[in-house]
Parts: sequence; C-alpha cells; structure tokens
Amino acid sequence: MSELTPPSPAAWTPRIIAFFCNWCTYTAADLAGVSRLKYASTTRVIRLMCSGRVDPQFILDAFRQGADGVLIGGCHPGDCHYVEGNYKMLRRFQLLKRLLKDLGIAEQRVRLEWISAAEGERVKTVVNEMTAQIKALGPLGMPQAFATWDQEVSELARRTGDAGEVESQEPVAAAK
Amino acid sequence: MSKPKVAFYWCASCGGCEETVVDLAEDILGVVEKVDIVLWPVAMDFKYKDVQAMADKSIFATLLNGAIRSSEQEEMAGLLRRKSQYLIAYGSCAHLGGIPSLANQFEREQILKFNYEDAPTVVNEAKVRPQLKFEENGRHPHLPELRNVVRSLDQVVDVDFYIPGCPPTPNLTKAAFAALLSGQIPPKGAVLAPDTALCEECSRKASKPSDIAFTEFKRTHQKLLDPAKCFLAQGVVCMGPATRSGCGAQCTEGNMPCTGCFGPTSRVRDQGAKILSSLCANIEAKDEAGINQVLEGIPDPVGTFYRYGLAKSLLRRKVNLSANRVPSSK
Repeated sequence: MSELTPPSPAAWTPRIIAFFCNWCTYTAADLAGVSRLKYASTTRVIRLMCSGRVDPQFILDAFRQGADGVLIGGCHPGDCHYVEGNYKMLRRFQLLKRLLKDLGIAEQRVRLEWISAAEGERVKTVVNEMTAQIKALGPLGMPQAFATWDQEVSELARRTGDAGEVESQEPVAAAK
Repeated sequence: MSKPKVAFYWCASCGGCEETVVDLAEDILGVVEKVDIVLWPVAMDFKYKDVQAMADKSIFATLLNGAIRSSEQEEMAGLLRRKSQYLIAYGSCAHLGGIPSLANQFEREQILKFNYEDAPTVVNEAKVRPQLKFEENGRHPHLPELRNVVRSLDQVVDVDFYIPGCPPTPNLTKAAFAALLSGQIPPKGAVLAPDTALCEECSRKASKPSDIAFTEFKRTHQKLLDPAKCFLAQGVVCMGPATRSGCGAQCTEGNMPCTGCFGPTSRVRDQGAKILSSLCANIEAKDEAGINQVLEGIPDPVGTFYRYGLAKSLLRRKVNLSANRVPSSK
C-alpha cells in the first residue's frame, strides 16, 4: 500500500482495503468481473487463502496506512474450505469492532460479509453500499492525523535544536 | 582512566523503575564501583545545568524511564540524547508508553478538567489550573506544558536499547549493565530480554490446553483462581501468549495472570491485536449472539490489551481526538 498518498479533499474517493478468501469471495469478485458487473472502483483487493488468515493487525495496519474502510469477505458459515476459519474471523471481528469503536473508528468502516463463489452480484452490492457509507463519513486520514500529532514534538525540537535524529515512525506521513 | 558516566532520569512514570535500580541491592555497589553517576534526580542532587554543561556524548549510558507527555520531558529527552552515547528506554512507559499512554483515549481538556475540577478528591472552587507562566514576588517562573499525546521515548528521540517491564527486573538491569560495561554492545534497537512468549517460562505451561474453547471470560476478582493451572484453561484473560518473557513469570507465580508489561516479541507489531486474535479465535460459540455473550467478559478491550502499550500500538491513540496546539500564555 506504499503508493497511498494523502488525497486532496476535493478529489477524495474512499479507499477500501478488501481481504477476500481464495475459495469464496475472491472467486465471487472474479465472477463479478467476467459477468461485467459495474461497481465502485474503491476497493484494493488482497487475496488470502481464508478469512481466518486475516490477522487483526492487518486491519489496524490498513487504517494506519491510510485506508478509509476495511472489508473482509469469507465463505458462508459451514462452507469454510478449512472448516473453522470463517468462524475464527467472525469471533475476532465481534471484539475488534468494539475495540475500534473505543478507539474512535466508526463501525461502518469495517465490514465482514459472507459471499459465496456464486454471488458475484453480492460483491457489487456490498462494495457499493460500503462506498456510499464511507463517502458519507468522509476520509479517516490516519497518516495526516499522525503528522498533526507529531507537530507537537517537532516544534519543540526546532526551538531547542535537538531535532534531527528521530526517524519517522509513520511510513506514509513522510510522503509528499 | 575515568569511569564511564551513567545517568538515570524519569519522565511520566510512577517511580517504580527507580525502585528497581535500588532493588539491585548489594549489586548496586558493584555498579557504582564501575561507573560515575552524573544525574539521578530521585536519589542525588544534580541540576539540569550540570548536564547542559557536559560535552556531547560524554555520558556513556542514560537509563530513562517514563513516557513523554510534557514539554519539559521532551526537552530532557532531547538533552540526554545529545549528551549520551547510549540512550536506553527503561521500563514499559519509556518502551511502549506504559500506563500513562492510556490517556491517549482522552482529550487533553478532559484530563485537565477531571484532575483539577471534577475528581471527587479535588477541592478547587476557583477552578485554578496550572499556568505556563506566572508572576510571584517579581519572579517569573514557568511550568511545563502538557501535551495532547502521550509518547514512548522513541517517538520523541532516537533510542539505542530497550529494557522492558513494569518495572524491569533487577536481573535484566544487571545483565544490561554487565553487557554494556564489558563492551558487548547489543545490536541497536534491541529489547534486552528473551524473544519468546511468557508461556515459555511460566510454570503453568504444562497445563496450557492445546485445544481450548472459551465459554466465558472471568476477571480475576470474579473467580477463585487455581494456583497451578494455566489461566486460559480457567477462562481468565492472560496476556502471556502475546507478551515477551524475561520477568521470571512473577505474576503467574503469584497467582495473577500476565497483564503484558514486557510488550510483544519481535515478531509481533501490535500486542493488543495479537492477543485479541488468539483469545477470540478460541471462543466456543459460532453465532454472533453466543460470541458476544462470551465477550461480555472483556468489558474494556483497550485497557486490557493495550494496558502498557497504547502509545506504541498501530493506531497510537483514539483517532478522532484533537491535537490542536494549546495557545501558550505568553
């Protein structure tokens, strides 16, 4: 995601990182493509073998690097290629939603959907819905927030001449 | 040849880290024999200007504990960085933000208002707040400014090593001194503790179930704790699997679960997300209602999973808080 740069407010469109499981939702997205379904070009899809592979760190890191929303797609309950993976994701998701809310990230910015390989139409609906919801919320702008927070430190460093050696903690904040 | 100079300094911390230095007991004499202590405000009388007068890099090592949340702490961190060959973040607060960084869930104004006006033990009818500058008998003292964001030491200045723990143990402290003084300098950025999970040194490890299915989570005051059985097997949140070892498993030996003060191992970026992942995956229920019911046993996920490390977590802070510069009273 290193190509993410701070959007100019006028031209902003949501950026949604989508983690799709290889066996169901990714195939459904493929189906949407070959069926020539048109839907919002807001998602950056990352294919994983299973929704159970979605480490909560991935979701936090996506937000940290500038995503406005994170969509996770897996197989319907009972259909997981690895039997239990989608249940693991669902359980993590239930607490992660609460944790994100406590940290000020609106609930609509994360979404978990079960989409089978046959449901290309559902990919279209879900992406369009989520895009509209996030458009209404506006940008999350974590890299910009980090940069603003860190002005506190750089100002003092400038005044006392102790600047210089701190490496930037944030990968994107430094870009452009 | 003169002895290497060592400084101890504290920022936003409780003083427990300073205790650990004293807890070296007789061994502290061995340390004092080999080094010159040039700054230790908690125990000895030095002035900041003594430090300012030193040549750059003339202090061999500074052990700084505490998070950074005021202009003065930032300034001292910068000063000690400049004067020291090795700057060591000592203890959870300097390493990860520590307990003070839980304040990263609140606005600066909320914190000031509670502490100077609303707290039940505060009597302050005039609602006096600390001022950055004031006049008294013709003098003009000034006070440090409280920052919006609580930070770990390495979010303010460059840090060479980390000694983890709340507080670090005397053994780790002794080992760090021994390594540095004998010239066995660890790689830059190293956390001077083993890079394995706490479970590795926990005496309850044998009873850690390989296959676990949580039906409830109980907090430590809600349950009589078995003194020998793995806490996870008892349905009690234990941060051990997501926490670095090296403390000697003192909490679990004392029949309390690990709360995570050593921070994550090197393979984990976000301790909270990782323990959330591990605990939740092993809930028994498969439907939302059932899962949520089990999760009611974890009422405060941020305070439980990021107790010592919100500042160094991936998001660092509640994301929608302001960071406006406070208009300084000039």
